[in-house]
Amino acid sequence: MDGAGMNMITKRPDILVSVFDARLHYAVGGAFAAMRGKSTVVKAVDGVSFDIRRGESVGLLGESGCGKTSMGRLLLKLEEKTGGTIHFDGEEIGAVRGDRLKKFRSKAQLIFQNPFDAINPRFTIRQTLSEPLENADIPKREREGRIITALELVKLPEPAQFLDRYPHQLSGGQLQRVVMARALILQPEFVVADEPVSMLDVSVRAGVLNVFRDVRDRLGLTAIYISHDLALVRYVCERTIVMYLGRIMEDGPTEDIVREPLHPYTKALVAAVPVPNPDQSHDPLPIGRGAPDPRNPPSGCVFRDRCPAAHARCAAEVPRPKSVGTRTVACHLY
Amino acid sequence: MSEPLLSVRDLRVSYQVGRNFVHAVDGASFDIPRGSITGLVGESGCGKTTVARALTRVIAENASISGGQILFDGKDLAKIPEKEMNALRWRDIAFIPQSAMNSLDPVYTVEYQLAEVLRRRGGMDRKKARLRSEELFEMVGIDANRLSDYPHQFSGGMRQRVAIALALALDPKLIIADEPVTALDVIVQRQILDQLKELQTRLGVSVILVTHDISVVAYICDRTVVMYAGKVAESGTMQAALTAPSHPYTMGLRNAFPDLRGAASGILTPIEGAPPNLVSPPAGCRFKPRCPFALEICETEPPVVDVAPGHPVLCHRANESAALRIEAARTETWMVPA
Repeated sequence: MDGAGMNMITKRPDILVSVFDARLHYAVGGAFAAMRGKSTVVKAVDGVSFDIRRGESVGLLGESGCGKTSMGRLLLKLEEKTGGTIHFDGEEIGAVRGDRLKKFRSKAQLIFQNPFDAINPRFTIRQTLSEPLENADIPKREREGRIITALELVKLPEPAQFLDRYPHQLSGGQLQRVVMARALILQPEFVVADEPVSMLDVSVRAGVLNVFRDVRDRLGLTAIYISHDLALVRYVCERTIVMYLGRIMEDGPTEDIVREPLHPYTKALVAAVPVPNPDQSHDPLPIGRGAPDPRNPPSGCVFRDRCPAAHARCAAEVPRPKSVGTRTVACHLY
Repeated sequence: MSEPLLSVRDLRVSYQVGRNFVHAVDGASFDIPRGSITGLVGESGCGKTTVARALTRVIAENASISGGQILFDGKDLAKIPEKEMNALRWRDIAFIPQSAMNSLDPVYTVEYQLAEVLRRRGGMDRKKARLRSEELFEMVGIDANRLSDYPHQFSGGMRQRVAIALALALDPKLIIADEPVTALDVIVQRQILDQLKELQTRLGVSVILVTHDISVVAYICDRTVVMYAGKVAESGTMQAALTAPSHPYTMGLRNAFPDLRGAASGILTPIEGAPPNLVSPPAGCRFKPRCPFALEICETEPPVVDVAPGHPVLCHRANESAALRIEAARTETWMVPA
């Protein structure tokens, strides 16, 4: 069974998010490029299909420009897709407006990458956390209690002491917990975390990741974790979707992907990750030089120009996702 | 060991901020052997970039080297006149900055920028400079016909290769690379590190790699210098400092770092708290507030203890490190009592 087959069943009660053939294409270049016949379409997301079960944690993994952040924004309707369907809890989100949109916004939340950018520096922590409650029409008398609960949830010790502080008075780790608290304060079912620890120091990062795992398990959240770092995705997600130039290369249990990657791109990714142990040897990189160019992807398989296993068919035909054991792989080798 | 290429002794660098002084580097000592790659690791604000910049004496306007020695080839770089220092830059000591995008001038071709170094600093004529540029591009694996391209025409990884080519231009003895792969994707990062290692071995140059990423250090370096809050916590060979760390901070860093080849069930253990404010750092050991092994004695300035030849550790309990390592491997050790 391939990805498309699974996705037709949007009524399955255990599926929270169902993505079918999602596309996000941008026209780039502008007027001058158009005059020179050089305007192009960048396919940030191009024919992506997957389902997410309730309570599942899925990592969206890939290099910069692979479309992982765009995909995350599509799932939250922060970006309008240019093709395909995305169902959330059985409802197509493209047409959702008004009160239903407001409800969707409270159920599906984003945890931002850079806590220093994500929070208004002139708001106190209390103001920062009151805003979503106001928007969701939570009565004033309930707000303070909800704020304290949310800060306790992300393990900020003695939360009351933080309420009247400004962001610059908090450390990076504390601030990222506030960002997390803001995403959780409306008790969402679904969160998309976009590289939530990439701005933090190593010694602090582990604490924020542990809080994320703990909160997710306690609230039974369904989560997407967007990252370029396989070691971090492995720490947080049981399943990983590997993207390259807007498409899914491989999708399956994280542990299987780490131990025995199937797609040539995933093989290179896994081999490239350095480990913090000087006694560990590293395999040579099974990939050609060069960088992906989203404006000018190769025909057929988008990875073929860097792939050591590319053959004639790869240029002629886009590989369709195939089920291989526990995984779905888009490669002509399978 | 033969005489080190560079010997830093009790280096102090401070920034003036208003009426206060931030002692970003507060008595750092370490050696860089000839023909080695040394990883200078630590978190933001630990002083690693300030050390790296002080070595070339290209520091911020409000910063000053307030003490210590930087011994390089029989000269003390902390004291020699600016003119003499300037003559060493590029020729003996080259710098690869953090973001190659920012270090390359967007309005000149790459060839122009290479020629500027080769002709002005290296005294080459136009023809020689062109030949050397071609040679350098070949060394870092870029086609020579791309010399006439502008920086924006290169990808991030290629730009970093260009920055490496620039650093190698005049055959320096020492290259200081400040987070050279941090902004790059993991595959490109690996390719650049492999390239750097290959060139370093082939040319016998010494490299100081400034990074926050101990897995990058583990991958490429021979030695490491671990910094915390303006001081060197410990330094030594890679094996000594990372496989069997002797400073509690290094032990904690290892626990906090995910290992893709390790067990799936492994728990990452954070080091609770944050580094101290360097305007008025706490008395005694600077890691004490976050250290699970702190004793009363840690209120006093810790000694530098050589746990093995060439492996100094700044810790009161350095001699107990074997026992502490066993305790440090347990997650509970690092949990703050609620």
